[in-house]
Amino acid sequence: MDFLKYSKIYFIFSGSLILASFIFLLVFGLKFGIDFKGGSILEIEFVKKRPPLSELRDLLQKQIKKEFIIQEAGKKGILIKAKEIDESLHQKILKALKKKGEIREKRFEMIGPAVGRELKRKTLIALIIAFIFITLYIALAFRKATFLISSWQYGLSALIALFHDIFITCGIFALLGKFLNIEVNIPFVAALLTILGYSINDTIVVFDRCRENLKKRQEDFKTILNISLSETLARSLFTSLTTLLVLFAILLFGGETLFSFVLTLIIGISLGTYSSIFIATPLCFLFSKKKVK
Amino acid sequence: MQSIFRWIGVIFLLFLIAFGGFFVLPGSLVEKIKNPTILKFHRKIAGFRPYSLGLDLQGGVHLVYSADLSKIEKKEWKEAMEGLRDVIERRVNLFGVKEPIVQIERVGEGYRLIVELAGIEDPKKAIEMIGKTPYLEFREEMSEKEKKEFLKTLEKRFGKEVAEKFKNQPLFKPTKLTGKYLKRAYLQFDPTTMKPSIGLEFNKEGAKIFEELTKRNVGKRLAIFIDNQIISAPVVREKISGGKAQITGDFTIEEAKRLARNLNAGALPVPIKLIVQENIGPFLGKISIKKSIIAGGVGLLLLIFFMILIYRLSGILASIALAFYGVCLLSLFKFIPVTLTLSGIAGFILSLGMAVDANILIFERLREEILQRKKLEPKISKLTLENLISRAFSRAWPAIRDGNLTTLITCFILFLMASGFVQGFALTLGIGILTSMFSAMIITRFLMKTFAKSPFGNWEKIWRR
Repeated sequence: MDFLKYSKIYFIFSGSLILASFIFLLVFGLKFGIDFKGGSILEIEFVKKRPPLSELRDLLQKQIKKEFIIQEAGKKGILIKAKEIDESLHQKILKALKKKGEIREKRFEMIGPAVGRELKRKTLIALIIAFIFITLYIALAFRKATFLISSWQYGLSALIALFHDIFITCGIFALLGKFLNIEVNIPFVAALLTILGYSINDTIVVFDRCRENLKKRQEDFKTILNISLSETLARSLFTSLTTLLVLFAILLFGGETLFSFVLTLIIGISLGTYSSIFIATPLCFLFSKKKVK
Repeated sequence: MQSIFRWIGVIFLLFLIAFGGFFVLPGSLVEKIKNPTILKFHRKIAGFRPYSLGLDLQGGVHLVYSADLSKIEKKEWKEAMEGLRDVIERRVNLFGVKEPIVQIERVGEGYRLIVELAGIEDPKKAIEMIGKTPYLEFREEMSEKEKKEFLKTLEKRFGKEVAEKFKNQPLFKPTKLTGKYLKRAYLQFDPTTMKPSIGLEFNKEGAKIFEELTKRNVGKRLAIFIDNQIISAPVVREKISGGKAQITGDFTIEEAKRLARNLNAGALPVPIKLIVQENIGPFLGKISIKKSIIAGGVGLLLLIFFMILIYRLSGILASIALAFYGVCLLSLFKFIPVTLTLSGIAGFILSLGMAVDANILIFERLREEILQRKKLEPKISKLTLENLISRAFSRAWPAIRDGNLTTLITCFILFLMASGFVQGFALTLGIGILTSMFSAMIITRFLMKTFAKSPFGNWEKIWRR
């Protein structure tokens, strides 16, 4: 099978995805949640029936004289968000809501703005460290791979593929934040880092096979890349598939707390599998062509 | 002879999985069987090592306080924080939580205090008890010069009007004397007016400070502040030695009593502010546990189904190894013990999916080797299936090692990020990856070789896709 024949199409496809992500990130931006911004969330469930949101909004406005963002959550639950709800205000809200029917408090979170800023800094550092380590690792893994194109070009191809996965995932979340109100919190960053560590595996499997085939066979680079891809295609797909299987199990049955975390992983790992086949390897070929010229 | 031992090993392994599986089964699932004998047996073997559940699974409060250390010298910060921790620990213990956590955390240049109260019924009361601790402090009057300077800066920052307001009232500045030096506080009555007041008794160090303070402030006011609010500001008539003072004010008997009690319970050595609060209702935790058990079960079944569908006998053997892996990991969680959080369980379930990755790499290698043998490639045409399995394992190893290494690196970094959710996930995923390498490389190899020596070994089609 000639995978590389359509390299241009893959590049155009991924390029436009990256461009779109760039626009989404620029126009909408990521919708940061309280982990990063600071603020409060109160989740409450009405035991019997949820009164209409507008009624609740009026009630809180009258009783407490403060504006809250109120959203539906699940069948009977509501989410109340505000900049800062301290303990006494928290109790006031509960007291006011009790007038509308029996309630159960699911969770209440309050994060001070200083903590949010600090977390932002921490996660940025973590992302940078992870990127450095992965780059170091790639340099180490491919230090002996100097056939036809130099080892740093393999590394660069792998890195570009990783960047592609992370960037498009962020772009998709900018879109989800705008239209579905999905927020970006700490779990999102954890998922991104996990994607970094996991996605590189598929690329390494393909490149490893290239190295082996180049020793054994006498064909040109393009054929070698194609053979390596088709030989490793099944394992790339199956390893990602098994991971995606359990992720879908968590997505469907694991409850709302893990939903966006697992969704990030699913998007990122799918992109990672795609990019190791359709981006990283064609990039290697592109580098080799330039060298021949 | 050797093969008999191998088969005994296989049977032992299966027994281990069955017994271990029963051991790691959560009690809530065993209860569903509704068989009292089984339940009793399960309690007997698993009861002594229950899972330790995180706050998000059993409900409770997670509180983070920032400590204001600005009034304490830097070298005494650590000591002050330890004092703060002890005081809050005492208060929390009064509340009767099973295993309260009170921890000091260093953040950059400052300190924080983390308080976790699991399975608490009334978080509101607990927060009140910790947070409403009075911070007692004595302040002395500013000198004329200091007052002028203070008013100047005030004017610069907030304008003339604000400064005017403060011009005609005494201004106070903090002193070293705080609740830290308090020995005890008690309710007393003023002998002339019969109004309730609070008597204070300082410890030796405090008495000395108090003596100095009164000495240099004779004729001036000395203000008593509680939680940054002025309670009273009596004029010092003479130097007071002996370390006794009195707070008078407009107290009712009830108020004075409560204030004395709170001061006694341990006035905080440093003021604190609640900066993070998370309450998780206990019923939400129960729902989360139930949902994650379902998710894990469905995930496991899907994996086994997939592996057997694609890799047949190899898939069955891989599933046995996967079951062994799951039991192993859950037992580790029990014995270490690892505190399980929702994110931790997600990490565990995800590690199941990643654990079979190693098996897939090996099986795909084996398939290639078998197909090559079929083509009668001279080098391997005479090799037995057992030989081919060995080759597949050793050739797939570098890719398995590298792949797991990158994920381990990420887990390590995630763990260092030190945020509850992320740490739980990174810890279980990390332990999971290490354990899964063992189960994939040792257990699967053992099973495959044993079966390859048996008549199954002659039927190569059932070993590959």
